[in-house]
Amino acid sequence: MKVQKFLLRAADIFRFLFRVVKSFFTPPYEWKEIVRQCYEVGNRSLFLIGFTAFIAGVVFTRQSRPSLASFGAESWLPSLVSQAVVRSLGPLITGLICAGKLGSNIGAELGSMQVSEQIDAMEVSGTRPFSYLVVSRVTATTLMLPLLVLYADTIALLGSFMTVNMFNKTSFQLYFYEVSVNVTYLDVFSSLVKSAFFGFAIGIVGSYAGYHSGKGTTGVGKAANSAVVISMILIFVIDLISLQFINLFRQ
Amino acid sequence: MNTATHSVDNTATKEDRKVMASIRDVWKSFGDREVLKGVNLDLYEMENLVILGRSGTGKSVLIKCMVGLMRPDSGSITVLGKNVFDLNLKELNDLRLQVGFSFQGSALYDSMTVRENLEFPLKRNFGITNRSELNDLVIEALEDVGLAHAVDQMPAELSGGMRKRVGIARTLILKPKIMLYDEPTAGLDPITAMEINELILHMREKYKMSSIIITHDISSAKHTSDRVVALAGGVNRVEGTFDEVKLTKDPELEPFFNY
Repeated sequence: MKVQKFLLRAADIFRFLFRVVKSFFTPPYEWKEIVRQCYEVGNRSLFLIGFTAFIAGVVFTRQSRPSLASFGAESWLPSLVSQAVVRSLGPLITGLICAGKLGSNIGAELGSMQVSEQIDAMEVSGTRPFSYLVVSRVTATTLMLPLLVLYADTIALLGSFMTVNMFNKTSFQLYFYEVSVNVTYLDVFSSLVKSAFFGFAIGIVGSYAGYHSGKGTTGVGKAANSAVVISMILIFVIDLISLQFINLFRQ
Repeated sequence: MNTATHSVDNTATKEDRKVMASIRDVWKSFGDREVLKGVNLDLYEMENLVILGRSGTGKSVLIKCMVGLMRPDSGSITVLGKNVFDLNLKELNDLRLQVGFSFQGSALYDSMTVRENLEFPLKRNFGITNRSELNDLVIEALEDVGLAHAVDQMPAELSGGMRKRVGIARTLILKPKIMLYDEPTAGLDPITAMEINELILHMREKYKMSSIIITHDISSAKHTSDRVVALAGGVNRVEGTFDEVKLTKDPELEPFFNY
């Protein structure tokens, strides 16, 4: 019975995923709602991501500095920090923060709409709620995560520069010249593609949890909670898979 | 017709009228619990059909099946000449535009104002973007339910009765041919409930609609019905005018009228 339930749920998730992907290629598109969702996703997360990325940049630089200094290799700090930030730290921090903030938001919002029959009301008035509520949110998170990652990378590197500058007087130009020399196009491109997958996972998990929320306030709470937990796990899984995949190109 | 049904004889009037919706031998269960066990119904043109029954007898499930929100395990549902479960999504959406559904909890979009709630189906279905045209349609629908002054309020600022009216206005703005009311007077005080009953009758006259009214409110059933179908044990047990149904000796339904 449990196996049957699991398989039915898996089929349901697959159908949901397929419907979203199909909607990406099937007009009409909800441009206005997508732009509104992009604004919500991007604008609402700016402060938290900026703040966390800055601190991550400062802490990582301060913790790496003594090890490099013991080898007399302090000049490698920009190289080490920039590669760590662009390849892994920036996307991971942004992904996890967005999973918490956006995943719970989407799960709770759609969940309460489901519980109060608002989605059913849209359905019976022929207004295609799936495309309006789900596809627009998944598109927005998929498009905005790479931009937020670029923003987080920049802030983290600024934090790192300020930390380096406190100990060794280094010019802004020199620090970022070192960064630009050491970060490759492949690093940036793979990081952006990876974060687009993070965004897709956050959007799809939040929407699925909300759209299939159980009845009552407990159902909404569970939807928000499972949206966060599952999307966080998926972010780590995607990170691991993308690492293996990108290493093929590096070799 | 199910064997358990004692249909009251008013066939002479029925024969002359067009059938707007027809439900045949519909069964629906949730897990091991069978809710509907072969329900049969017809809804006629410009008729107010009240479906009466205790909580949990599948009244709401039945009308949700009529608009494709739920799928019965077996049986057929024909609405405006179309079998609901033979339609693809586009055809179903087209059919839904002709069938209004007023939800028990009103189901207003709580992030939108009353105006935006009413504009939403117009913009999405008909692509109307002209501000004055939208405004005229919204105000007309709100005037029908006596709430033109609440046009820029948020749903959270409205009372239960006002929310019901706005929910009905949002449905009526699409000028449906059939209206489905799910417990329209539930949770309302007797005076507001009576106002909603009057509104249902008034809207039928104005828009020449057929309506199915799901309720367990005897007073509402008496006030709004042309015909009553009482559900019990998953089937339509008794059928007729309110005064006829009220005389039932069915052990499950008799206490309903003589509580």
